[in-house]
Amino acid sequence: MSETISNVTVTITVNGRQRDVTCEPRKLLSDVIREELVLTGTHVGCEHGACGACTVLVDGAAVRSCLLFAAQMDGAEITTVEGIANPDGSLSDVQEAMRDNHGLQCGFCTPGFVITLTAFLRDHTDPTDDEIREAISGNLCRCTGYHGIVNAARQVCGRANGGES
Amino acid sequence: MTTTVGRYIGQSVKRREDPRLLTGHGRYVDDVQDAGTLHVAFVRSNVARGRITELDVSEARALPGVEAVYTADDLNPMIQQYWASMMGPRIEMGGESVYPPVSVLAPGDVRYVGDPIALVIATSRYIAEDAADLVVVDVEPQRPVLGLREPITNTDLVHPETDSNVSQTMPLPEIPEIEALFANAPHVVTRTFAGARATNVPMEPRGLTVHYDRYRNEMLIRAATQSVHEIKAFAARLTGVPESNVRAVADDVGGGFGQKMMVMREEAAVIMAAFKLGSSPVKWIEDRRENLMASNQARSEEGDLTFAVDAEGHIMAVKCNFFEEVGAYPPSAGATAMLAIGVFTGPYKIPIIIPGCTAVYTNTVGKSAYRGPWALETIFREQMMDHVAREIGMDPIEFRRINIIQPDDLPFKTATEMTLENITPSETLEQVVEMLDVDSFRAEQARAKAEGRLLGLGIGGYVEPSAIAFGVLNSDPAVMTMDVSGKVQVRLGTGSHGHSIETTIAQVVATHLGCDIDDVAVIQGDTATSPMGPGTGGSRTAVIAGGAAQTASIEMREKLVRIAAQLLEASPDDLEVNGGVVSVKGTPQAAIPFAQLAMTAHMAPDMLPEGMGPGLEVIARYRPPTEFTWSNATHGCVVEVDRETGMVDIKRYIVSEDCGQMINPMVVEGQIAGGVAQGIGGVLFEDMAYDSDGNPLATTFLDYLLPSAPEMPDFEYGHVESMSNTLGGYKGMGEGGAIASPPAVANAINDALAQIGVPALTRFPFGPSQIIDAINAG
Ligand code: FES
Ligand code: FES
Repeated sequence: MSETISNVTVTITVNGRQRDVTCEPRKLLSDVIREELVLTGTHVGCEHGACGACTVLVDGAAVRSCLLFAAQMDGAEITTVEGIANPDGSLSDVQEAMRDNHGLQCGFCTPGFVITLTAFLRDHTDPTDDEIREAISGNLCRCTGYHGIVNAARQVCGRANGGES
Repeated sequence: MTTTVGRYIGQSVKRREDPRLLTGHGRYVDDVQDAGTLHVAFVRSNVARGRITELDVSEARALPGVEAVYTADDLNPMIQQYWASMMGPRIEMGGESVYPPVSVLAPGDVRYVGDPIALVIATSRYIAEDAADLVVVDVEPQRPVLGLREPITNTDLVHPETDSNVSQTMPLPEIPEIEALFANAPHVVTRTFAGARATNVPMEPRGLTVHYDRYRNEMLIRAATQSVHEIKAFAARLTGVPESNVRAVADDVGGGFGQKMMVMREEAAVIMAAFKLGSSPVKWIEDRRENLMASNQARSEEGDLTFAVDAEGHIMAVKCNFFEEVGAYPPSAGATAMLAIGVFTGPYKIPIIIPGCTAVYTNTVGKSAYRGPWALETIFREQMMDHVAREIGMDPIEFRRINIIQPDDLPFKTATEMTLENITPSETLEQVVEMLDVDSFRAEQARAKAEGRLLGLGIGGYVEPSAIAFGVLNSDPAVMTMDVSGKVQVRLGTGSHGHSIETTIAQVVATHLGCDIDDVAVIQGDTATSPMGPGTGGSRTAVIAGGAAQTASIEMREKLVRIAAQLLEASPDDLEVNGGVVSVKGTPQAAIPFAQLAMTAHMAPDMLPEGMGPGLEVIARYRPPTEFTWSNATHGCVVEVDRETGMVDIKRYIVSEDCGQMINPMVVEGQIAGGVAQGIGGVLFEDMAYDSDGNPLATTFLDYLLPSAPEMPDFEYGHVESMSNTLGGYKGMGEGGAIASPPAVANAINDALAQIGVPALTRFPFGPSQIIDAINAG
């Protein structure tokens, strides 16, 4: 029960800034990012690791923040979607390509896709279409049918779109 | 006034919504975290039907951090009125709409798994859930009422307050002359088709924060809703707080697809709870399990179809009898098939239709709108077109060609007395046939078959009753104001939840007002600033709100031109408007920018033309000339069916769409793609099944399978642009993608399977196991 649990404090670097966070040990990283750190761009779409909306970079790797406890994060370096744009505030290549290709509609899944694609395209400069689709297979979008998102990835790799006029 | 298509309408303008959404700066309902907010968790039934024999909330109430625990006795008796603007008042009140009995929490008995029994309010969601676990509930289970046809005669009742499980019915008539026609027709084909129960799954679940301040008698609602005005009116009726004292706000909304159009039971419960509490903001954010288990669902429908066809392949008459379940507590309990029947004849010349339908309550989650609520007509009819063609030995495309409405037939009066006009079903069909290159496909199909591979091709066509304009949906408003600086704001009653309205309406305004798009702000989603409109749904916003924005823009432009004429000492007829400047035609140096005209209107009213009052405000409302604005499309699909695994690979997907004047082709194509993905999901993956005890079997994303990127194709688009009779020439298209895709995919799969003699499947889903079973049986 909550009254018997004592809080823990961890030190995390979030989007380049070091922060001390105190929370219940059972509190999910996604909830701590949204509530304690007030970075509400990280969305919770399922809380069971299946939709990818909560994806953030932890030490450079794209992970689902709803499957982690903040208490496990001491010393970690976390990048949320708020930390992806260029330092001058302009959109990153991935973000710009998502916009150019109508890779988002309601935008709720979008932070997860931005993070997933940012990590994937950093590590893969010339992926095949199948590899792109596989890379985002853990992110669910109900609005776009994925076509615009795949086209965005193609644009980042300097390739022509498939199909869309 | 003639429509001018200028710089912005018809262009794939990039969305102004995107920068904030791409960088994590959207403002969805759960992103607003006001200090002092309390959090709700529901205690829900895990039994489909039964009597509550024990309900003890004392331990939960005692948990530190718990503010209140409410049960049915606390909230249900306080409800004043329970009905939706979109459906109108209840029958008991003299209205025409059927609603289930009123309750926001289970009234002594539970009626579906997920039925909310108690509502916990605590200082955090974590504590609220802890407390919910401490509520003691005991339910004596009863045999649940399940199925689409069995409940019709079942004397066990979902709602003891009613005398039958049938919520609405229109029996299939028996007309001797028609029976004789069927008896003597050269071909008579009968089939039963079934949909798979599906759910909308907006990626943002439902949610709302309600703050009722009893000392001011004011209520502020922030909600994930498609219609702020609906929830505002609903909350006022529910609680008795004057509607003028209720304000509803929706900033960014993460999808809805119909699920966020009407107020559902949990939302009503939270409104009642906050009203009873009378102090702090109360927030409920649905989690995914709740969304899958207890948020409204759709498509649990069947249709018995019989087609009579003459020797040449002309459809002579059809009988269609639809069955559907509306679950226990749908937002309204009427039969969706009523609308489906009206448009069942679709793009074909079907001279006679004999329709019937029956909707039943069951001990499952309530039914509500899901993108194309009436879609069963197209989903079943378009499959039937292939079944009939196959049975009479005709190519399905040829069979469609023989029966399809041609340009010369327009305007076409359907057998259900609808007048179809400004549609192009034969043009979209031919465009898809051409893009598919059907002849080469058939050759490829034969080659593939020789190699042991099964390819199939399917077509689906429809005519959509878009922009439904009756009842509260009759019109949309636009209030336009111009600031002293010459920039305009347009306020709409719409509710964007992915629709790009901020961009597309700005395109409409900038085009018709004659200014830069960056000088137009589009404001929606707040009842305090937006005029009353029914929200976004039913493929209405471009057509009706677009018409309102256009009307307001033209009026504003006329006003500006009159002021300029006065200042320039010219005739209004000699002036033109471009780029936010009014100038004399042919004399560009004689020009006045909007900012100067606006300053005159706001600050120097004595310089205005005779009779013109100060200020720059326009109030416009647009009501389309007809209750439906027809749009149409044809979908074409190529699949490969793996005969070993039953897996279906979608190799090509083509849509030829006529949505009239496109405002933003990129947005149109995005809407199509999203709808098609949902339609494909409904055939291949999505199945919200219940077991025989009424337990839902798909309450996580591991069981309820959404389409993901590897299963989706690149979509190909063809466009036919024929103008509607509405102000901008627009036609609604937000739902069509989801309507025509299920039969296109189903037909392609059956086309593939027919090559090895497998009888056509008729019941969704067509998942791997169903396909393998069919192959093994065939
Ligand atoms: S919220 Fe974490 S994967 Fe869905
Ligand atoms: S843009 Fe709405 S879920 Fe992806």
